[in-house]
Amino acid sequence: MNPIPISMLIFYLFAGIAVLSAIMVIASNNPVRGVLFLVVTFIASSGMWMMAQAEFLSLILVLVYVGAVMTLFLFVVMMINIELTSQKRKFSYYLPFGAGIILLLVLMMLIALHPQYFSFGSMPSGVLPKGANTELLGKVLYTNYAYPFIVAGVLLLTAIIAAISLVHRRPRDCKSQQVTEQIKTRRELRVRIVNLPSEKKED
Amino acid sequence: MFDQLQTLIWIIIKITVIVLPLLILVAYVTYAERKVIGYIQVRVGPNRVGLKGLLQPFADLIKLVFKEIVVPSRSNPYLFIIAPILSLVPALIAWAVVPFSDGLVLSNINAGVLFLFAVSSLSVYGVLVAGWASNSKYAMFGALRSAAQTVSYEIAMGFSLVGVLMAAGSMNLSQIVAAQSGGIWQWYFLPLLPLFVVFWISGIAETNRAPFDLVEGESEIVAGFHVEYSGVGFALFFLAEYASMVLISVLLSLFFLGGWLSPFEGIPGIEKLFAWIPGFAWLFIKTAFFLFVYIWIRATFPRYRYDQLMRLGWKVLIPVTLVWIAVLGILIKCHCPPWFAI
Repeated sequence: MNPIPISMLIFYLFAGIAVLSAIMVIASNNPVRGVLFLVVTFIASSGMWMMAQAEFLSLILVLVYVGAVMTLFLFVVMMINIELTSQKRKFSYYLPFGAGIILLLVLMMLIALHPQYFSFGSMPSGVLPKGANTELLGKVLYTNYAYPFIVAGVLLLTAIIAAISLVHRRPRDCKSQQVTEQIKTRRELRVRIVNLPSEKKED
Repeated sequence: MFDQLQTLIWIIIKITVIVLPLLILVAYVTYAERKVIGYIQVRVGPNRVGLKGLLQPFADLIKLVFKEIVVPSRSNPYLFIIAPILSLVPALIAWAVVPFSDGLVLSNINAGVLFLFAVSSLSVYGVLVAGWASNSKYAMFGALRSAAQTVSYEIAMGFSLVGVLMAAGSMNLSQIVAAQSGGIWQWYFLPLLPLFVVFWISGIAETNRAPFDLVEGESEIVAGFHVEYSGVGFALFFLAEYASMVLISVLLSLFFLGGWLSPFEGIPGIEKLFAWIPGFAWLFIKTAFFLFVYIWIRATFPRYRYDQLMRLGWKVLIPVTLVWIAVLGILIKCHCPPWFAI
């Protein structure tokens, strides 16, 4: 028996965690716990990407999805506070439908990739060229794919502007502070000193 | 299999060598905070336990460990217990990429800055989960404030890091420090002065310290997210707060003050005089300076109002970083001496 390489053990550890927590995302009947399990899934898949020597993608996954997107998700889910009793055990109700989709996805992957990648021994290493991942990615993005990259950036900018203009109210619709006026204010504008003549006590 | 086990044991020994002194340092940062604020407010501070109160942090620790852990009713017990761990772990694993001297680093990875940033973005979960799992209104408010504040200041922090890695041309922390060698005028606090200030301010905001400690604002929400915690859980939250303070101070020294480099480098005469001081001593002195300023700021400034905090983050710090990144690009492109000359 030849010893199992430790990198393989770590890969299956991360893969197992990812699959289990992904199932828990839909199986847990508390939405906050579901979001937290989704965070665990992201961290596990980031670990798998790290194993495949894609360190930039793996760290950006943690940074963007776990650090920013999921935080806001958690924020929203905490605020809405869904009634837990009303949505009990919908997991088993939707199970046949979900299983069908999973089957379809696995079939698609089998057709797209060669079945030889589905054995236990094959590891996803050696796909990427050696060297600093970030640098290579940057070189490709700013040379071969410069126009798609810029177009994607413009698209995101448009989305930001659209989102802000949807929720932003015009100044006359809402009360807001004028910071410059607040700073420039003087005592005479706020306080009026009234000189009241003292009254004589009547006896 | 055996040599892999050997590597594993070797790594665990290295981790112990980093974490144990760090925890002792954190204990004495709490002591220093009480002493310094004491003297600023014309008090003496703790002076009863041990010589000049030097054993006070350990007395506090023993007291907290032996206290009862109260789990509030209708709370979420698993998450309630996990939350302090979630806030402590990111503050500790970030030390994996911090170099203490030339070559003295646990893992010298090329994406060091990215790793630090990814890990520090995880620290908000401890606070959020604690606030939600406690089933308390005050804790919930603390958690919501913390989420909004951390997400806002992370952007400014990230942009100032972009400036650092533009100047150094690398995301490896050792190489960033090496790029600053050649004398005190080569350190990045000069060409990146606005980014240095932004990083400093948003570092204070990220660690939820005064004047940005609205998360635990005692006057309005009692103690924020850790209202319901007692005993070890409470101690872990404090440990996490001070460990991330030390981390931010070390990062400030590494990114902007030349890390382990001597400030007298390149000055004839004095350079030889101080050559015997090891690199990590300089790093320690610089870190201690930033920690002192942390405490000084806490003793001096009143707390921000929440809308002022958001305005500072979004309308002042982020535009400053954006402008300075553009300026920095021009400086680098023109090979502006003395920093970017080839």
